[in-house]
Amino acid sequence: MQHTLIALLQDHPGVLNRAVSLFRRRGFNIASLAVGQSEVPGVSRMTLVVDREHVEQVVKQLDRLIEVLAVHDITHERSVEQETCLVKVTAPNPSLAELVTIASEAGARIVEMNAAVMVLVLTDIPEHVAAFVERLQPFGVLELIRSGRIAMALGTPATGVAARGGKPETTNRARDFAPSHPYRWQADGASDDEAA
Amino acid sequence: MTADGPTPASARSGAQIMCEALIREGVEVLFGIPGGAIMPFYHALYEYRDQLRHVLCRHEQGAGHAAEGYARASGRVGVCVGTSGPGATNLVTPIADAWMDSTPLVAITGQVSSAVLGTDAFQETDITGITIPITKHSYLVTDVNELPRVFREAFHIASTGRQGPVLIDVTKDAQQARSTPQWDVALDLPGYDPQYEGAEEALASAVRLLALARKPLIMAGSGVIQSGAVEELRALAERTGVPVITTLHGLGAFPEDHPLSIGMPGMHGWVHVNRALQECDVLLNIGGRFDDRVTGKASTFAPRAQIIHVDIDPSEIGKVVRADIAIVGDARLVLRAVLDVMPARDAGEWLAHIREMQATHQHRQAYLRRPDTSQLMPHDVYHVLNRVLNERGDYRVVTDVGQHQMWAAQLIDWHRPRTHLTSGGAGTMGFAVPAAMGAAIACPDETIWVVVGDGGFQMTNQELATICQERLPNIKVAIINNGYLGMVRQWQQLFENRCYSGTPLSGPDFARLADAYGVRGVTVTCTAEVERAVTEAWEHDGPVVIDFQVEREANVFPMVPQGRSIGEMITSDAEA
Repeated sequence: MQHTLIALLQDHPGVLNRAVSLFRRRGFNIASLAVGQSEVPGVSRMTLVVDREHVEQVVKQLDRLIEVLAVHDITHERSVEQETCLVKVTAPNPSLAELVTIASEAGARIVEMNAAVMVLVLTDIPEHVAAFVERLQPFGVLELIRSGRIAMALGTPATGVAARGGKPETTNRARDFAPSHPYRWQADGASDDEAA
Repeated sequence: MTADGPTPASARSGAQIMCEALIREGVEVLFGIPGGAIMPFYHALYEYRDQLRHVLCRHEQGAGHAAEGYARASGRVGVCVGTSGPGATNLVTPIADAWMDSTPLVAITGQVSSAVLGTDAFQETDITGITIPITKHSYLVTDVNELPRVFREAFHIASTGRQGPVLIDVTKDAQQARSTPQWDVALDLPGYDPQYEGAEEALASAVRLLALARKPLIMAGSGVIQSGAVEELRALAERTGVPVITTLHGLGAFPEDHPLSIGMPGMHGWVHVNRALQECDVLLNIGGRFDDRVTGKASTFAPRAQIIHVDIDPSEIGKVVRADIAIVGDARLVLRAVLDVMPARDAGEWLAHIREMQATHQHRQAYLRRPDTSQLMPHDVYHVLNRVLNERGDYRVVTDVGQHQMWAAQLIDWHRPRTHLTSGGAGTMGFAVPAAMGAAIACPDETIWVVVGDGGFQMTNQELATICQERLPNIKVAIINNGYLGMVRQWQQLFENRCYSGTPLSGPDFARLADAYGVRGVTVTCTAEVERAVTEAWEHDGPVVIDFQVEREANVFPMVPQGRSIGEMITSDAEA
């Protein structure tokens, strides 16, 4: 299954490298990664999607990094996820009407339309973005970029910097990062095939 | 950055600021080798030579291990220095070693000037990039003004929480630039806040479990030693009567002559200890990380036990073995909190059962009886060494990696913390000789015994020159010389049909090699000579190398084969 993780990072050179390297070390493929500003200057927010059943250990190791302020696994939280895609399709005259209909039904914006190509932008939940791209494939997709998803837990701030208890300088990170059960963790499937 | 205008009198070069920062952190000694990109720092080091002792090593790996040895013997932060490029990459092995064994280490490397960073300049290596997975944190400093904060943070991070290595890579221009240092700078570590106090609810559950258990065990790891919890551990054991196991890095955390001490677990642990682990109903692991060499096949480890895991690093909890009760905290504080409420109890029947298992199995250890050979056996050396060490006291033993290391762990009785220094997690051959230099400087009034194989010795024996140059008379090296990479040979013998691929090993005449370095060299080939060699080495006012030429194919037993349950032990060649 896919896990969606949110991490708050100090906005320093190299911090992304450190974070991502924990996944590389285990051979975990990162399905999607988006990093940008958070509500607090100097704190970046990362949304990372990874195709793995067990991520608890890597989440804890991520949290252990000095420049990581907090990590949340929001896979099972009530949350909103959004993704943007830019698509350039061939748009010969006979296809135009149909393309416009697809765009309109999906809620996509047409940012360029000329005799040869059409460029569309859509921001939606990842599933809708995927379906939209799928519908465009028969027309001939010349270029495609998906932004990677960004996510936020719904309701009272649960994944923001403030949820950590105030300004980053004054919070106790260890207490913010509470597992679902206060003191009971399960081994997350460490292999018995130990290295020599 | 250079000062163009008038320079204030308080201005210092970055290199001078680095030296002052080290002095402010209480550093007395650093181990290193100079080179182009670190030359400004070495220039400043010369000015501060009355306050900072520099030990010139013969290889940066040696410098790194020496800093580790200093740290492990003293509990303080060890410091090593190298230049950019190969100087820095040679530090990678000791940094990895410090990472695996949670050793507080600050590694300082020179870097090419910031103007040419990223251009493949001469001796440029991306050392901060290379060491990301093996450092607790690292810094690339290009601005002289950052140096006071970076050094403060580096020493803070290395020495607090779960200790570990921190790398500071300083560009040459940052070392040369001048600035007035601001020492009262705040740490900028909002994401770093180690948890020292155990959660109350978990502590209460742990106490309840321990009080009710019928077959409880305590397993002490290096966290007990690193947090200074030896007294607290002893108090808990004595109040509850719970038998105590000490892991490889826990050796010395609990005196092995104590009636409640039962010994070392794991791949080369004692049969009765592993059996007890498989039978116990509550296991309190304090400051150990359930290394696979301890657990064997993890899914079969301590199958009947409720496991209480105390660790200062939350990411260790549940990593290898399930934790029924997890207590994130400092071993000493957690033990104190437990002692506040722990009722007295007794586990005499259970201990008697373990002792019975011990009596049944220990006589089957192959090397507790003489084999049919006149050749000097490894255990003859350990027998004498153990007696002399414990008669004389004031010693440290530094071991390397392999058979000799496991024999030392098994056959020497460990009584005090920080007396047994070894490369555990990383298993770095070549660790012992340089690490002993650091221990010798940390403990000048003690005798530092190096126990090392002929393979590991030959990886870093050039540091004998450093030992002589630095006049470290208290280092005595015992080479357990069997002419093989012995542990690999043992596996080949037991599991690969005696296919000795790449393991037969020649060496020089070690006594003459020592002599060439100006170190007294002695060769011992029979049992009768062991005692005299050891005592004479102890009394000699100078370093000594003893070449113990032992039986070539002696094995370490008991042994749990790789990937098997710790309940399945081989105790002799005949059983293999």
